[in-house]
Amino acid sequence: MKGLTFTLVAEPPERLDLSPLTPERLAGIETRDVETIQIGMSKQGSKVGDIFRVAGSDPTNIVFEGGSTRLDLVAQGMRGGSVRLVGNAGAQAGRAMRGGKLTIEGNAGPYAGSGMRGGRLEITGNAGDHLGAPLVGELAGMNGGVLIVRGKAGAFAADRMRRGLIAVLKGSGDLAGSRMIAGTLVVAGGTGEMPGYLMRRGSILLDRAPARMSPSFVECGAPESVFAAIIDRHLIADGILKRPLLGSAPRKYGGDNAVLGMGEVLFSR
Amino acid sequence: MPNMSVNGMTIDDTFAEAFGMRATAIVITAPSRKWARQAAITMTGFATSVIGCGCEAAIDLDLPPSATPDGRPGCRVMIFAMGTDELQKQLLNRVGQCVLTSPGSACFAGLQGSAELKLGSALRYFGDGWQISKKIGDRHFWRIPVMDGEFLCEATTGLTKEAVGGGNFFVMAQSSANALAAAEAAVAAIGMVPGAIVPFPGGIARSGSKIGGKYKGMIASANEAYAPTLRGVVASELGPDINAVLEIVIDGETNDAVAAAMKAGIKAVIELGPKRGAVRISAGNYGGKLGKFIYSLKNMLP
Repeated sequence: MKGLTFTLVAEPPERLDLSPLTPERLAGIETRDVETIQIGMSKQGSKVGDIFRVAGSDPTNIVFEGGSTRLDLVAQGMRGGSVRLVGNAGAQAGRAMRGGKLTIEGNAGPYAGSGMRGGRLEITGNAGDHLGAPLVGELAGMNGGVLIVRGKAGAFAADRMRRGLIAVLKGSGDLAGSRMIAGTLVVAGGTGEMPGYLMRRGSILLDRAPARMSPSFVECGAPESVFAAIIDRHLIADGILKRPLLGSAPRKYGGDNAVLGMGEVLFSR
Repeated sequence: MPNMSVNGMTIDDTFAEAFGMRATAIVITAPSRKWARQAAITMTGFATSVIGCGCEAAIDLDLPPSATPDGRPGCRVMIFAMGTDELQKQLLNRVGQCVLTSPGSACFAGLQGSAELKLGSALRYFGDGWQISKKIGDRHFWRIPVMDGEFLCEATTGLTKEAVGGGNFFVMAQSSANALAAAEAAVAAIGMVPGAIVPFPGGIARSGSKIGGKYKGMIASANEAYAPTLRGVVASELGPDINAVLEIVIDGETNDAVAAAMKAGIKAVIELGPKRGAVRISAGNYGGKLGKFIYSLKNMLP
């Protein structure tokens, strides 16, 4: 069966909620019925058929041809299969994903991977602020899975992260890993102001010394680390990085001692 | 069928009898081969026989850096016991006292089995609250702060119920030097077989035993039929040309691993020949009624 393909006909006239277009929610729905699903978020209420040309029939393999910053909630809550967006995404791409693979071949807006619990989200371009972060009122951000940004990420990447792996390969904005509860944030290419601000536990792994740390972090030396070897090898084996990030004995800052203080910022010497 | 003769050596028409056991394996790594082996040797000390040690354990294979999870030299260690509870207890005690304590060590699962045994998920309490849990890919590790950095330990390792313990053969020679040469050749050959260990000192047992004894409470006692000093006194299995017998006891991850190890060991003894090594090969059994696994020597010849 050929994958279900949604080709964007023109720039959408309103913001779109694409959360109904996941492998789970489209299972067993005829193509002509798919075209009648409402995705417009204003009173205009656009339907799938107004925005996309639909082809193919396999809902476990969904492709969006053409992107726009108005495409919100791509693959929200997806549990399996694959979704590929060729182009840019709007806000909350991969929000609350639990499984499967979402690939965005372009840039993603704010809150990409927000509250993810599993699966793999890969963004080939840049991501906006609050990568993997909780929405207002939620207690924890990313809670599992793998989130890879091949470009840059905005501020508050991995905010309140609890579990899983986030990797940003071309640098992040300010306050990366703020309020982390646990989990692993990898940033190559530099971070902005105060990475790890108010982190409780968790690991922030950098390819260079952080420029501006919060003063409530302390130097913890640079002992030999098997963990560094394991994570370096994993990042390369998983195709996330091409060369080791940390080396065998990375330097460590411990913190944030303004809160629990059991987090770490590791970086190669 | 009468005894066979191969390369001028007598091969008894008998069989080894072995039992089902529970087994697990771990991979120990360290900054150098020396220290990986040191941790492995320490944790497999006093682990020759379940009769008195609680488990049987030894190094299975040395692993090159390319074959270990962290890219450092390592060893695969196997541990065998009669039950899951005892195996769990022995694993934690030995890793906790001998690997955690060894400089620069790390410890990984060495087996994927039908069930899991706790490893780092129990040893983590040494961290006293400073331990760190890390899930990397589909593996779960604990990082425990120690005085030279961190002890990294996989949370669990696998348990197999397919393991076999007590595969064996005897090398019988005209002198103890020749018996030792033959046994050493066998141990070296078995060392190359994956999934099989020889848990006795240097892989060799000189006090092969029979079940029970005349004294109350003895689980095992002297196998007088194979003791050369008693040759004229008891109903001996030894002819006039035999002055030393050594036993190789083999535990394996599977029935096949034990068979492969016996074949490799017997082949090495036969290749050494009767002039420098053994003149006769036999095996120990209990009449075939107790053990689930039977290894006929005639099927183990090269």
